[in-house]
Amino acid sequence: MVILTSVLTTGALTLTACGSRDSGSNSDSGSTTLTIGVDAPLSGENSTTGLGIQYGVQIAVDDANKNNWVPGVKFKVKALDDKAQPATGQSNATSFTGDTNVVGAVGPLNSGVAQSMQQVFSSADMVEISPSNTDPSLTQGKNWRTSKTRPYKTYFRTATTDALQGSFAADYAYNGLKKKKVFVVDDKQTYGAGLAGIFNSAFKKLGGSVAGTDHVNTGDTDFSSLVTKIKNSGADLLYYGGQYDESEKITKQLKGAGVNIPLFGGDGMFASTYIQTAGKAAEGDLATSVGVPADTLPAAKQFIATYKAKGYKGDYGAYGAYAYDAATAIIKAVKAVKDGNSDKLPSGNDLRSKVVAAVQKSNFEGISGKVSFDQYGDTENKQLTVYQVENGAWKAVKTGTFNGS
Amino acid sequence: MNTLPQQLANGLLLGSMYGLIAIGYTMVYGIVQLINFAHGEIFMTGAFGALTVYAYILPDGTSMVVAVPLMLIGGGIVSVLVAVGAERFAYRPLRQAPRLAPLITAIGLSLSLQELVRNFYPGADKARSFPSLDANYDIGSVTISDADIFLVVAAIVCMSGLAWFVRKSRTGRAMQATAQDPDTAQLMGIDTNRIIVVAFAIGGFFAAVAAVSYGLKYGNIDYRMGFLMGLKAFTAAVMGGIGNIYGAMLGGVVLGVAETLASAYISHIPGMQQLGGSSWANVWAFCLLILVLLFRPQGLLGERVADRA
Repeated sequence: MVILTSVLTTGALTLTACGSRDSGSNSDSGSTTLTIGVDAPLSGENSTTGLGIQYGVQIAVDDANKNNWVPGVKFKVKALDDKAQPATGQSNATSFTGDTNVVGAVGPLNSGVAQSMQQVFSSADMVEISPSNTDPSLTQGKNWRTSKTRPYKTYFRTATTDALQGSFAADYAYNGLKKKKVFVVDDKQTYGAGLAGIFNSAFKKLGGSVAGTDHVNTGDTDFSSLVTKIKNSGADLLYYGGQYDESEKITKQLKGAGVNIPLFGGDGMFASTYIQTAGKAAEGDLATSVGVPADTLPAAKQFIATYKAKGYKGDYGAYGAYAYDAATAIIKAVKAVKDGNSDKLPSGNDLRSKVVAAVQKSNFEGISGKVSFDQYGDTENKQLTVYQVENGAWKAVKTGTFNGS
Repeated sequence: MNTLPQQLANGLLLGSMYGLIAIGYTMVYGIVQLINFAHGEIFMTGAFGALTVYAYILPDGTSMVVAVPLMLIGGGIVSVLVAVGAERFAYRPLRQAPRLAPLITAIGLSLSLQELVRNFYPGADKARSFPSLDANYDIGSVTISDADIFLVVAAIVCMSGLAWFVRKSRTGRAMQATAQDPDTAQLMGIDTNRIIVVAFAIGGFFAAVAAVSYGLKYGNIDYRMGFLMGLKAFTAAVMGGIGNIYGAMLGGVVLGVAETLASAYISHIPGMQQLGGSSWANVWAFCLLILVLLFRPQGLLGERVADRA
């Protein structure tokens, strides 16, 4: 029903849009306005990184409008809060696909939320680009370890996957940190459990041993029982698959109980909040993140300056540059579609499906590196970085690409 | 290393915190038969009250020996004001209403308090760090921190104080009378409205004590901390026998120990690996609650009418 109404209203809207363009093609009032949706946690858990995504897209849209990247088309942002809940993400996706002005969406932050949104975008043939999802099965199917098949051709991501991230972390832990005995904990979520599992098997393959494993619930606050288990296991490293909301408490309670081993995690805990909350306990802890540090990218200088000048909340460090590039990919796809259609925007649903095809062919220098997608919708930019907390700030200690698995 | 003593200590500490919060549920229920579901948020506001004292009122670098008592006072004032305000403006107008109305009000109040803190307390939309007491002591194979000692001492002092107050003081005896039969108590010249306010105030103060311990122990607080702790404390109150103040404390300790031991040892039982670990702690805790209620529907200690307050 939603789809049916959207088809009808799309038709009506495009007619009026065409009319106005014919009457005043050289004036600004005749331009079409397209919306780019943003779905991310904007309040509560994970909101620091979520806001970084929202404002990353906002800056890309502002740049596109200011520099007139697509002549005759203005863009605006419609940001919805998914509270890191899959059900909320799904209803947000429905709200985007039902809004005839929305041409594509950036998000979500969480892999678990992405699972519930992919089908909605696929049915509406609307492009969805996540700047941060890292679960391999989102692009390569449930059986990605053995036979890769792409489940949804509308889904893309500018972040690389946990298959690379977990192995990259295991390699650094074993060969870089010389740790031999690790305790692995995850939060049972799609992202956390997946990452921890990949780390676990990669670490064992390198020759390390796993002293124990455990799972926690998101929202837990007391980890004293877990800490006692870790202490007793004699592990020299704790690997955590999950978000900063729990890991910042675990590291604090771990160090508080006198267990001075570093906590190593993935991009889900790579945020300034982790250090602010855990304080001194965070010192020496590590995290891998996708791509190279935004601050070291020459192309991202302008972006960071704008982000800071506008006083945007949240943290651009983890995914801001990826969100910017994701939005840029959609904007450039709109331009490609318009150029390939004798400088006219196709009508509603036709536009959406053509944008999907154009995003697949993306190939440009973004602020995070080259933006292009492989046959699964994964980015071809496979750089990763290990960060360590030093004097109260994340510091990049190793950058590289990993193609081991 | 034998981990059992350490795990028992972990459970006792967590349980003492549940117990302190559970007192608030049980006292209010004992007197007005109302489940104050906003009590978890009263706990949460207490934590923010204490943080306000530390972060915005005391000068930087104040010694914790001086700061902790002042934080207790600050958190206590906020919690008591919120609890008494909730009674006066949300529950009292509904005292004669059907049972469901105050219950829904409590849930609404709980959400409102969460959102108020999230929107208006600086930086409260994510975890805020709270001054923690980290110094550790090893006693045999058990490691405990200053914050743990504070929690245990506070729980014992509060419980003994409450026991004395309810049994010996004039107001305490009036509370017992009101709990037994509010109408008759009123006829005997007891100001039942005042007694109800006192019950809310004591519950609020105990929640603030728990909140300060929580902050000192875990080192950070956030606007959602009251939800899960409140739910657990309510469970503890029911397990111990709702309406019974000693039951609340016992229920808290039993719940805390059960959770900790379940997460530590269930996975060692052959064939139970899948059902063990920290993520299953809540499942086992609630299984225990169901078992207790199956065999003792009145709770572990039951509602001893003469003692309930």
